[in-house]
Amino acid sequence: MLAPQSIERRQMQTRQYPTSDEAKILQASAGLLQDVGFTLDSSRSSLGLICASKDRGAVEGGQVAGAVVMAALFGVSTPIDQKQKIRVSIVTFPTGSQIAVRVTFQRIVWNSYGQVSRLELLDDAKMYEEFFDKLSKAVFLEGQRI
Amino acid sequence: MSRRVFIVLGLVVLAWATQGCTTSRSQVLQADESAVKLRSIQTRVFDTTDKPKMLRTVMATLQDLGFVVDAADDTIGSVTATKLDRYALKMTVMVRPRNERQLLVRANAQYNLNAVANPEPYQNFFAALEKAIFLTAHLEDDGAPATGPSATSPASTAPSAPAPQAATVATPIHK
Repeated sequence: MLAPQSIERRQMQTRQYPTSDEAKILQASAGLLQDVGFTLDSSRSSLGLICASKDRGAVEGGQVAGAVVMAALFGVSTPIDQKQKIRVSIVTFPTGSQIAVRVTFQRIVWNSYGQVSRLELLDDAKMYEEFFDKLSKAVFLEGQRI
Repeated sequence: MSRRVFIVLGLVVLAWATQGCTTSRSQVLQADESAVKLRSIQTRVFDTTDKPKMLRTVMATLQDLGFVVDAADDTIGSVTATKLDRYALKMTVMVRPRNERQLLVRANAQYNLNAVANPEPYQNFFAALEKAIFLTAHLEDDGAPATGPSATSPASTAPSAPAPQAATVATPIHK
């Protein structure tokens, strides 16, 4: 059963590029991921797939402030988000004379107790917009929305 | 009681100020250093067009440096490897043609939870790589004409297999 927002998400996560050079799109995508600090976990270029990830801190000021309040007022220690793994996969799909590129981001967040505190798809439209802007510049082609 | 509230508010403000108010989601497309500076630290140019050989040499060099190769792709021109030595250092190296006679090699790495912006690990990697492939690594914006292999690294004697000598020149990558 598809989620009601699945079509909207697909549109947000996909652009079509007027080229038949899939290798060029894949190379540019991998280069772009490298530009923003991802390391490539695996890829299968014959299927148009790249998987990458990066591990970063996940401490947020608001949460720290909240934990301080809890500790000061009630003397209890509350866990705060500490680290995260951001995962991305890029899938290219030739459609006639064009290549569709779909990118999906998700992340796993661990708190200061070492427990997983969030598992989520990242669906901020601006993030995808920014990604495709960068990709368009890298391949010198304008990506079309589907 | 009101005094206690003031102290708590003070602590809250302090926590905000020291942590900043960015969200951890902003990390997704964030490059951790100036992109231009990072690119020059992470990139070298080699006077060869033999991409498969470069990829094989990159894998051999990473192994020499104590990494275990995780994945590689010859179309994309990528190799990823991880070194575990009480820390986790994960590196992706991309090889792509720069022009008709040169290859561009770019490496990026993360050390535990941080992107590596320190030039030293990259310098160590490229130093080992240029010895293994018997070619000089040029900086990308190096205006000097690159005219084939340097005098110290005769290409005529370069073996087609990854150079075993690399093991003796490889130094551990430190943060």
